[in-house]
Amino acid sequence: MTDPDPRARWQNPAMRRRLRRRHAAERRFRAWGMLAIGTAGFALVMLLISIVVNGYTAFQQTRILLDVRLDPDVIGAAEGLEGETFEGALQRADFQAAIRDSLRALFPRVQSRADVRSLQSLVSSGARTWLRDDLRRDPSLLGRSVSLWLPADDEVDMFAKGRVRRDVSEGSRRLSDEQIGWIDALEQQGRLRRFFNSGFFTSGDSREPELAGIWGAMMGSFLTLVVTLAISFPLGVAAAVYLEEFAPQNRWTDLVEVNINNLAAVPSIVFGLLGLAVFLNFLLLPRSAPLVGGLTLALMTLPTIIIAGRAAIKAVPPSIREAARGLGASPLQVVVHHVLPLAMPGILTGTIIGMARALGETAPLLMIGMVAFIVDVPSGFTDAATALPVQIFLWADSPERGFVEKVSGAIMVLLLFLMAMNGLAIWLRQKFEMRW
Amino acid sequence: MASLAKNLRVSQDAGDVAAREPAKMTAKAVNVFYGDTQALKNVDLEIRKDEVTALIGPSGCGKSTFLRCFNRMNDAIPSCRVEGDIALDGQQIYGADLDVVQLRARVGMVFQKPNPFPKSVYDNVAYGPRIHGLAATRTEFDEIVERSLRRAGLWEEVKDRVGEPGNALSGGQQQRLCIARAIAVDPEVILMDEPCSALDPIATAKIEELIYELRGRYAIAIVTHNMQQAARVSQRTAFFHLGELIEEGPTAEIFTDPKKQRTSDYITGRYG
Repeated sequence: MTDPDPRARWQNPAMRRRLRRRHAAERRFRAWGMLAIGTAGFALVMLLISIVVNGYTAFQQTRILLDVRLDPDVIGAAEGLEGETFEGALQRADFQAAIRDSLRALFPRVQSRADVRSLQSLVSSGARTWLRDDLRRDPSLLGRSVSLWLPADDEVDMFAKGRVRRDVSEGSRRLSDEQIGWIDALEQQGRLRRFFNSGFFTSGDSREPELAGIWGAMMGSFLTLVVTLAISFPLGVAAAVYLEEFAPQNRWTDLVEVNINNLAAVPSIVFGLLGLAVFLNFLLLPRSAPLVGGLTLALMTLPTIIIAGRAAIKAVPPSIREAARGLGASPLQVVVHHVLPLAMPGILTGTIIGMARALGETAPLLMIGMVAFIVDVPSGFTDAATALPVQIFLWADSPERGFVEKVSGAIMVLLLFLMAMNGLAIWLRQKFEMRW
Repeated sequence: MASLAKNLRVSQDAGDVAAREPAKMTAKAVNVFYGDTQALKNVDLEIRKDEVTALIGPSGCGKSTFLRCFNRMNDAIPSCRVEGDIALDGQQIYGADLDVVQLRARVGMVFQKPNPFPKSVYDNVAYGPRIHGLAATRTEFDEIVERSLRRAGLWEEVKDRVGEPGNALSGGQQQRLCIARAIAVDPEVILMDEPCSALDPIATAKIEELIYELRGRYAIAIVTHNMQQAARVSQRTAFFHLGELIEEGPTAEIFTDPKKQRTSDYITGRYG
């Protein structure tokens, strides 16, 4: 048999066709891959855009400039200042009257009680507290007239931000035509302006959207995560080390391993039920407390940390263990001196990712009562508190138009924390990654 | 075979020296099982202080397994079972009277692949003395580190960079660092499990020289699949095949005048 001409063998039409098909298949595969990435990227961009567009105004607050006269007679604190404490008088004082008077001075033609009430409702009910705080800070303001930027009511805020349109009929909006007229007048006089909403970051929850803030929820989340970390990290690392380095390989440890993997896949609300049954009903720990929330989330995070920890410990080369053992290091010394330091970046990465998941978790917290309306900022592990994602859920559930932007604003803050935590995990992994 | 014989640099009195002193380590009737498979069958061998004992044989013959019995490194393998008597200075090492942690301080080990800790050169060498409490002050540690690195022939090369990570050294330097680390705890026996198999010829030559220099100070047992190496560095050779100790004796005799047919077949390259 003679050899065929190699050129004829590789360049006949059938070969060329086959080659073309192979190239086409590769191009198709690349196109599918790019399409998949593109879809994911598009979804992410749309998500971020919708959140930012809805939420950036949450960081702004409409305020009205009022010339308030802190007349002792008007606010009714005059005689009180004699006998009782200054603080007591402040608590009793009627700052609403001062605000009403300043508004009436701006719009002298408003006379009827109903109209005055409707005029007054342009200013947030929280303005009283602002006045009280100002006076407490500087008692010399008493009896003087001061120009103050006071928060507008959430309806005014929404209107000023363009979230409520003026061309809909009067019946289908909360502001009357008359109120819109006053708002326009205030704007023309330069008495209506948007400020940075620092209260959003420094105050707790409120029934009034213009006064509601995320500080309480952030503190609640922080305290909860502290408990979660303090419980799940040492337990998770200890379990991972024991299972990898000390446990005998038998059916019992296989069973434990299977169950840990199963636990990682259990829906989070089930952990909430467990927390309710064990921590609240059996151990009688306080309801709505970050302590209980943290314990519940720790149960949820444990499998994640154990699995990540085991993977990191497994990745430490056996030669390092042999070297240490060969020098006479005890099993515990091998682990503490060599295995753990080398596995720590991986363990920390897993822990941070577990913590990020715990930070974004809502369902288990609903079961243990961290879903209550709580105005006070929690200061301890047993104070009633709520968490950031639960706060978002609560606001999303509220009927007021003003909470819509707060929801998106809080989501932005939550996403920022999550991104920071994941970024930290990636940074840790790259900085301490070891190659052998 | 003639070229092999030329490589031998064995003192002719090796056999006589062995007779003078009792053996450092003795293994009697050692059987090792991995699960149901028997890896070593009834092996007797002595390791003497003043000579280097080479364990040779084809892959899978059990020589590494046997070496690892001497410092109980096989303990870490759950399915592994060791039977028989192994003694260090007459003390049973598998008995209750000798702690495995102390045994491994007295019987050091150098592994096939250089495995320095991912720490500084200094910390690598100081680790053993530190966990066994052999030094207290910084000066004492400095002395131990310098002495060990000198003995391992590494001091001149690394004295200016003992703070640098041990992994940054070359392969041959890493292996000498591992030897320095092993001798830092002043062991009585050093086990070497194919210490040159991952090294280039020049690094190998340095390690062999080092083994030659360490002879007499420590009892050394070395596993090697390189027969020239066994001939160059050892005074006594044990040939293993399929889990059995076929023949054991002064290296010169094993290589020039083997008693058993299988030994002769192996060292002439008929299989391996």
